[in-house]
Amino acid sequence: MSATRTLVSPAVLARPRGKAVYWAVFTGVVVLFALAFLFPVYWMVTGATKSPDEVARTPPTLVPQTWHLSGYTDAWDLMQLPTHLWNTVVQATGAWAFQLVFCTAAAYALSKLRPAFGKVVLGGILATLMVPAQALVVPKYLTVADLGLLNDPLAIWLPAVANAFNLYLLKRFFDQIPRDVLEAAEIDGAGRLRTLWSIVLPMSRPVLGVVSIFALVAVWQDFLWPLMVFSDTDKQPISVALVQLSQNIQLTVLIAAMVIASIPMVAMFLVFQRHIIAGISAGGSKG
Amino acid sequence: MQAPPPAGDRRRRRLADQARAYGFLLGGLVCFALFSWYPAIRAVVIAFQKYTPGSDPQWVGTANFTRVFADPEFAAAWRNTLAFTLLALLIGFAIPFVLALVLNELRHAKAFFRVVVYLPVMIPPVVSALLWKWFYDPGTGLANEALRFLHLPTSNWSNGADTALVSLVVVATWANLGGTVLIYLAALQSIPGELYEAAELDGANLLQRVRHVTIPQTRFVILMLMLLQIIATMQVFTEPFVITGGGPENATVTVLYLIYKYAFLYNDFGGACALSVLLLALLGLFSAAYLRLTRSEGDV
Repeated sequence: MSATRTLVSPAVLARPRGKAVYWAVFTGVVVLFALAFLFPVYWMVTGATKSPDEVARTPPTLVPQTWHLSGYTDAWDLMQLPTHLWNTVVQATGAWAFQLVFCTAAAYALSKLRPAFGKVVLGGILATLMVPAQALVVPKYLTVADLGLLNDPLAIWLPAVANAFNLYLLKRFFDQIPRDVLEAAEIDGAGRLRTLWSIVLPMSRPVLGVVSIFALVAVWQDFLWPLMVFSDTDKQPISVALVQLSQNIQLTVLIAAMVIASIPMVAMFLVFQRHIIAGISAGGSKG
Repeated sequence: MQAPPPAGDRRRRRLADQARAYGFLLGGLVCFALFSWYPAIRAVVIAFQKYTPGSDPQWVGTANFTRVFADPEFAAAWRNTLAFTLLALLIGFAIPFVLALVLNELRHAKAFFRVVVYLPVMIPPVVSALLWKWFYDPGTGLANEALRFLHLPTSNWSNGADTALVSLVVVATWANLGGTVLIYLAALQSIPGELYEAAELDGANLLQRVRHVTIPQTRFVILMLMLLQIIATMQVFTEPFVITGGGPENATVTVLYLIYKYAFLYNDFGGACALSVLLLALLGLFSAAYLRLTRSEGDV
């Protein structure tokens, strides 16, 4: 039991009536959460295993009468899910790697190397936070087209580096590392890159974890930008492919594909839930 | 102490330091220049040009703006976007706050609730949209099944001109409220318990404690999330694109959707950029307010 006092006082909760109300509210919240957040997911996962007749039946069956795995296997084959999943993996991990390398290097330079006009550069970077990304997709698209990057994963990777939020997160973390530590390394003969690699980065594991998760999730969940830059079906990530193919495919197969598309991020969330939830709670309350 | 190195040496070293610093900055700077700064300038330039990829742009003055203003979809898109934002505030704002308030009182299964409420956020938005499109199916969708089960009249949901926008707001709220709830929970946990004790001694009942302790103590977070939500919902695209295609009868065309249509359906990049500039100007106001708020609070 946590000792912190909240809205309702522990004395009230200890009384029989307080206890009854508490458990009634608790049960209500469990039921509400199960219906609102878990049931839709259950409906999706089981819907994909129903037969095409059963999924269209009214009233619907709560549990599939017969379990067909053919929905999943058909989705895998007919919708070329391996190709689209692989494209998504390539786009997401590339964006993550580019962001880690270039944002970390830039944040380190701005934080510790005292570049001339560093304040101006930082101001320019922070100013992009004021410009909502989605509103600039069209001129960004034209620039990517001019560079000949359409249908190329670089169209995801390079713009991902221009992420002021992650860069600022890294810079603020680096700011907290005392200069003495770095100067000690320099006296020992370590170069700038060596200092970054073997002193700064090992100290920055928590923030690197948060930035990594943000970077991966952002690319995996994105829709409008990949829709614009990948007109070539074979290059499309799963989010775009799902929507493009959703028109002409059997419902059970589409639902199965939706489940498969959700698995990687949901699995990552369940594995790293503590870190992710802590990261959001901390990030939100401190801006 | 060693003797200071000669001036020329020092300057050379400083220059080498600068070169190294900019070496580290280079990759990031190039990406920001190409994909953030240049597009922002370019949006304004192209808004005054006739622009077709592959041929030379021509200056056309304010023709793009007048053409866009005359488009009947323009008014519909702004009306829908503002209505969407307002509805999202009404529906999507109170619910996460109340949920967080209740969750903060529960002493059991805390981790379970946090994971479950955040689960929809981790489902790709496209999947959420397709899932709800299926729920909203007037014949076999779960939404009407639930109404029939409760012996209530069925609805057209996203397929009816009157209900489409609200239906999309429900999807967006379902998909996004997890993050808001977690941030509220963090804010609620930072309220000192003595404040509640003192209020209780003064005879404040539950609602009075919420009003006079909880809300004032979380005022900053509430305002911050409200601005962030306005900025996010004014750029809504995925839900209308996937679920309704902007219909029925333009009831769910949003500004960003219209920008997309101008660029990729009408091949009218000048019009798309004129619309982008208008959206940017409005969102810039909210962003500036948000940054001001977080900055001033961060200094305290």
